[in-house]
Amino acid sequence: MTHDFSQEITGDRESENSQNQEGNNWQQYFTFNTDHKVIGIQYMVMTFMFFLIGGLLAMLIRAELLTPESNLVDRPLYNGLFTMHGTIMIFLWIIPFNAGLSNYLVPLMIGARDMAFPLLNAISFWILPPAGLLLLSSFFVPNGTAQSGWWSYPPISLQIPGGGLINGEFIWIVSLVLIGISSIMGAVNFMTTIFWMRAPGMTFFRMPVFVWSVLSAQLLQLINLPALTGALILLLFDLSFGTQFFKPDGNGDPIIYQHLFWFYSHPAVYIMALPAFGIFAEVLPAFSRNPLFGYRSVALATLGIAFISIFVWAHHMFTSATPGWMRMTFMATSMLVAIPTGIKAFAWTATIWRSKLHLETPMLFAMGGAAMFIFGGVTGVMLAATPFDIHVNNTYFVVGHFHYIVFNTITMAIFAAIYYWFPKITGRMYAEGWGKLHFWLTFIPANITFFSMHPLGLQGMLRRVSSYDPQYQGWNIIASLASFLLGASTLPFIANIVGSWLYGPRAVDNPWHATGLEWTTSSPPPRDNFEEIPIVKRPPYDYGNPKYSIIENSNNNE
Amino acid sequence: MFSVFEYVLIAVYVAVLLVVSRWIGQQAFSWMPPQATAEAQRVDDLFSFLVSIGAFILLGLIGIMIYAIAFHRAPPEDYTEGHPSRGDARLEILWTATPTLLVVWIAFQSFNIYQQLNILGLKQIVHLHTPLESAPAYAATVSDVPKPASETIDVFVKQWDWSFRYPNNVTSNQLHLPINRSTRLNLQAQDVIHGFYVPEFRLKQDIIPGRDIDIVLTPIRSGKYRLKDSQFSGTYFALMETDVYVESLDQYNQWLTQTANSEQTPANQAVAENIQPPKTLFNSGWNTVTPAQPGIANKRKQNNDT
Ligand code: HEM
Ligand SMILES: [Cu+2]
Ligand SMILES: [Cu+2]
Repeated sequence: MTHDFSQEITGDRESENSQNQEGNNWQQYFTFNTDHKVIGIQYMVMTFMFFLIGGLLAMLIRAELLTPESNLVDRPLYNGLFTMHGTIMIFLWIIPFNAGLSNYLVPLMIGARDMAFPLLNAISFWILPPAGLLLLSSFFVPNGTAQSGWWSYPPISLQIPGGGLINGEFIWIVSLVLIGISSIMGAVNFMTTIFWMRAPGMTFFRMPVFVWSVLSAQLLQLINLPALTGALILLLFDLSFGTQFFKPDGNGDPIIYQHLFWFYSHPAVYIMALPAFGIFAEVLPAFSRNPLFGYRSVALATLGIAFISIFVWAHHMFTSATPGWMRMTFMATSMLVAIPTGIKAFAWTATIWRSKLHLETPMLFAMGGAAMFIFGGVTGVMLAATPFDIHVNNTYFVVGHFHYIVFNTITMAIFAAIYYWFPKITGRMYAEGWGKLHFWLTFIPANITFFSMHPLGLQGMLRRVSSYDPQYQGWNIIASLASFLLGASTLPFIANIVGSWLYGPRAVDNPWHATGLEWTTSSPPPRDNFEEIPIVKRPPYDYGNPKYSIIENSNNNE
Repeated sequence: MFSVFEYVLIAVYVAVLLVVSRWIGQQAFSWMPPQATAEAQRVDDLFSFLVSIGAFILLGLIGIMIYAIAFHRAPPEDYTEGHPSRGDARLEILWTATPTLLVVWIAFQSFNIYQQLNILGLKQIVHLHTPLESAPAYAATVSDVPKPASETIDVFVKQWDWSFRYPNNVTSNQLHLPINRSTRLNLQAQDVIHGFYVPEFRLKQDIIPGRDIDIVLTPIRSGKYRLKDSQFSGTYFALMETDVYVESLDQYNQWLTQTANSEQTPANQAVAENIQPPKTLFNSGWNTVTPAQPGIANKRKQNNDT
């Protein structure tokens, strides 16, 4: 018999909680713990701190761009701000947050007691705090932080005016290599876990799409991350030890760096986005009470996106030293991505179509994120069309496009995930009203902020400028003011999460009546996740099955 | 899975969407700066086409979501199934085919338009490490050589300065282009990667130190524009702009002779700001690369070593 959630919600709830005593002890989050759930929370809380820091830097950038002149921060500092903002948001917010969420969920979702290599898992996490602090410390070295953008293209990244062996660029490279090592260790762990630790009956086509997306994303980490790590190490040699791999005046070739960099950093977009799509695939069915429409095609589309994304990197280099034949080849491959992505977007929509929507906070964030992804996807296909990309490349059109992806899609999906699994993770409910307030305070300003960047880019405002022509001021004011509101929107979120974690009403095991193994164990789950390893006999997303419809545990809500 | 009524509804919806998205596509022309080159007209046609298709997809899917929110809310305690379908082979084939066809169509259009632009020539294979001084050799054997141009201007860039050398060896910090003639720009960078970009021209090309890269364009609208550096190039990146004049051939030739006989004193904003930095609220005090004056082309002129 499958492990039924309704069994354990009554009598033995108390004993489970006491068995779970360690689970309520906050100090464990500061220790070298090997429980995947503790590690997951460690990742998520730490990366959220970095999200706040990255967001503050973004608000400083937007404050500078309120006026055409350079009058808030001097130019080197501005360059440092956007470099650190981009670096932190990508490498210390979205990617490691996804690692944390996956860490928490994957073993629960596939019916495992832990990750395959718990010790390795803890090490992967504990590399990150020192690497992040190291990166931040560069604000205090004499020449300041790295200032050449998160791409760090040579030769501009090799120009260190004040000299000195320890400079911002050096620190930037070292911390990125450390973060990369952590990610590769994590990828090995995830792959092994998903391949070998699935519960009996959990076939590949019974895995939730979230697990498929983690599998695909981590596969990309394994295949593509070594290219970036290699490029960074060569860059470090050029910077500090006098080699000339990328120096044009010394027989090196800066373009090779660009190829290596984008060979990782394009797939990185999907390393960030696939888990977000996975979250949509969990939340949308649960709150529309439907099986995920076209589950098999969605699962395969996930792998398909990952596969195609390996062959599209040069679309970031259309205006670089890229010959015509290469432009056309990569235009074609880039557009192919639209096919599996389209399958996903249509499947989400069909899941929602003619159903029974429950618009709780996770659903609001998921629907908002999915809708905004369609906008970001449309501008993405435009960017793949080389002749148009040549006009808007390196302008605010691109900045607008990728923020529709990284913020309006991925960060929104992350919020959906936090609200959705909050009862499972903490054993308590969040406050619905505050959640909805947070949603509207995020959704509206985010769209205003990032939409405004598209007309700016079409008109020719370049990214990374610390001052601009007065003709661009109108949309910039709108973008900046909305971005301050967006910054403020995190306050109700923090209040809600901290307050509910401490004082929220106790959550039942499955407050959303969702399918999925993680909802069959107690909230929060015991150390070994399941009292006994479940045997899986059902397809995923088994909504419509009365088992998930009856409100048998509603009296347990208090 | 649909009733007749719903089929009618969907048909009407699609028809309305087609009209609306076509209209939005037409509007797209006005979102762009004026079209100052023949190439800009092509690019804008493509953009309008992309906007039409994009609007259709975006409004279509979001419309369905809004429809669901408006008419398919569950009563609070109702956790029974929404609709029983896990999939529908016909629908899934339909929406795999739809993006495929759209993508093929978009790629085909983009390819066509790219062919018509015929802008770029990379002579990297011929000589990767041309010193700035050596005369550019237009090796017609390399595949990526664009159409022949009636005028060739050398563009020299360095942090944070543009300079141009015209066919009669005149050098200047302004870019002057004769109208309605295709002009080849031979782009050369000294220190780091820069980018050639005039929004009204729609064209953009990175300038990579150590490589010769040509771009060919045909201005069709007289006036004054701004040339910008499009690839981040360090501290004073935002200041690396200069004026571009598109004018009749007569005016152009007149300007060339005039400039040949006069001494120029180029004002470089980056240099000015390096000497007299603007007052900012926060001051990092971090070092910057010092912009050097004068531009290469000007120096070449003074050394008289052409
Ligand atoms: C929280 C709201 C955010 C705001 C208001 C914001 C704002 C901005 C702005 C104005 C820039 C352009 C800087 C410039 O080019 O001069 C920028 C760049 C960037 N942002 Fe954000 N951002 C936000 C969130 C995010 C998130 C969540 C990510 C996650 C990946 C992200 C990733 C980036 C990246 C990669 C760059 C490029 C940096 C570069 O050009 O080197 N941002 N952001
Ligand atoms: Cu890409
Ligand atoms: Cu430049």
